[in-house]
Amino acid sequence: MSSQRPSAWYAVPAFAFFALFAALPMLLVIYLSFTAWDGLGTPALNGGENWSRLLEDSEARASVWRTLVLMVVSWLVQTPIALLIGVWAAGKQRSRAVLSSIFFLPLLLSTAAIALLWQALLEPNFGAFVGGPLFLGDPDIALYTVVLVISWQFIPFHTLLYQGAARAVPASLYEAATIDGASRVSKFRHITLPQLRYTVVTSSVLMLVGSLTTFDTVLILTNGGPGTATRILPLHMYITGFSGFEMGYASTIAVVLVVLGTALSLAVMRWSGFRQMSSQQEGS
Amino acid sequence: MKSRPNWPAGLFALVWLAIVVGPLLYLVTVSLRTRAEYLGKSVWEMPDALSLDNYVTVLTGGFGQYLLNNVIVTVATVAIVVLVTVPAAYAVVRNTSPFVQRGFTLLLMGLAIPAQATIIPVYLMITRMQLYDTLTAIILPTAAFALPVAMLVLVNSLRDVPRELYEAQAIDGAGPMRVLVSLVLPLARPAIMTVVVYTALNAWNGFLFPLVLTQSESSRVLTLGLWDFQGQFGTNVPALLAAVTLSVLPIFVVYLIGRRFLLSGLTAGFGK
Repeated sequence: MSSQRPSAWYAVPAFAFFALFAALPMLLVIYLSFTAWDGLGTPALNGGENWSRLLEDSEARASVWRTLVLMVVSWLVQTPIALLIGVWAAGKQRSRAVLSSIFFLPLLLSTAAIALLWQALLEPNFGAFVGGPLFLGDPDIALYTVVLVISWQFIPFHTLLYQGAARAVPASLYEAATIDGASRVSKFRHITLPQLRYTVVTSSVLMLVGSLTTFDTVLILTNGGPGTATRILPLHMYITGFSGFEMGYASTIAVVLVVLGTALSLAVMRWSGFRQMSSQQEGS
Repeated sequence: MKSRPNWPAGLFALVWLAIVVGPLLYLVTVSLRTRAEYLGKSVWEMPDALSLDNYVTVLTGGFGQYLLNNVIVTVATVAIVVLVTVPAAYAVVRNTSPFVQRGFTLLLMGLAIPAQATIIPVYLMITRMQLYDTLTAIILPTAAFALPVAMLVLVNSLRDVPRELYEAQAIDGAGPMRVLVSLVLPLARPAIMTVVVYTALNAWNGFLFPLVLTQSESSRVLTLGLWDFQGQFGTNVPALLAAVTLSVLPIFVVYLIGRRFLLSGLTAGFGK
């Protein structure tokens, strides 16, 4: 019978392709973080020079801090809105179906298109908010403006996650609560939220890793400015490598990015009890 | 079951509608204004007449080339991803060897790799392979980073296929290749559609790989073209927004046709 099963060769092209263009670069970036390389010649090992430089690089530290601010504020803005709209949109009414299909439109626009659109909208002299704050020009608020643009782009996606999950909540739970005379708010708190907890984790991990790697939005909207007010870690890496031609040092920053991302995902999963998910699936 | 209308939530949904639709309306209306009108009138005033001049400017400015490049990159990426992942997902579900199972686990770990972090080594590899500034340079890493999600979706869907179906085929004397074509392909069709949509949208909207791996006009894709228009048109915001609108149109048409697939595709593998 085993001869009727597909051989391991069926998986080889996919594995090989992934190994070459995704896994190998992961290993290479660690190697490159120990080299000096201008992007043209050959990378030359220089010991831990990049790493000791990183420890003294106040700009890198500042960009890590900005990245963390961006991450936390994005999560705080996006999660409640996506959760509320997602749960609302899970209702079966036709008006909700129509509205929610409009809500998803931002997902169709590329990040480049969204950044250019918002840049025009927020333009201080001819945009839609003439006389308002200098959204992208004021160092104190530019980073928060970036958060708003990112939220506009990604809340629809997270809404979609919550909508799907809210539809899967058994209706019998609500019926029982209604018989017990539970209010709408207490039904949300005691039924909907607990039932959606794994979706909150999934969505949060995606959101946090997403904000960690935000790149094109900031590059186009502000190019890290004004000054370095919005120069977050991925942008700092890009500018160091591809504008400053210090590819070795930029690789060191890239490794920090990977470590931060992995640590963050693991922390969110552990902290929120994501691990128990598998045992729950097995019915225990 | 009767339920009272939920006014606060409905109101909130309407506010959100305005937040979503407002910028999009701005996009389209400004793209239909002349430059003089953009500079002379507030956005809230009615324009004297709608003008398609901006669209003409954009379409005569290299937009066709970018669009063609985008189509090539998207189609090639999707083709590679589907061709390698469908047999691989079949193997993961039906072949219990450690090579296949561990390989799959490693591949799923790729879900957590931020593509940005690998951009420098990818740049190194692409230049060493003499592929710099070609469309192939964009296609290869874009496809590679689409593999984990594609495998996740396909494997999840094929795991739901009852074992008896495979065994019935085996009793009929079908080899693995025939099972792949006559059983796996039809059953996995919805999942394959999801993979196609997800991969296509990512490839279509890709920015970082084209930015770092291409340079010349002839290999420029749409997203970079937009950014380039920004420099080229300077303060001609209406023309820039016409370019943005044009870049969205193809995907909007696809959305109208395949909304169901698109929405399921966007959340595939994440929904729980």
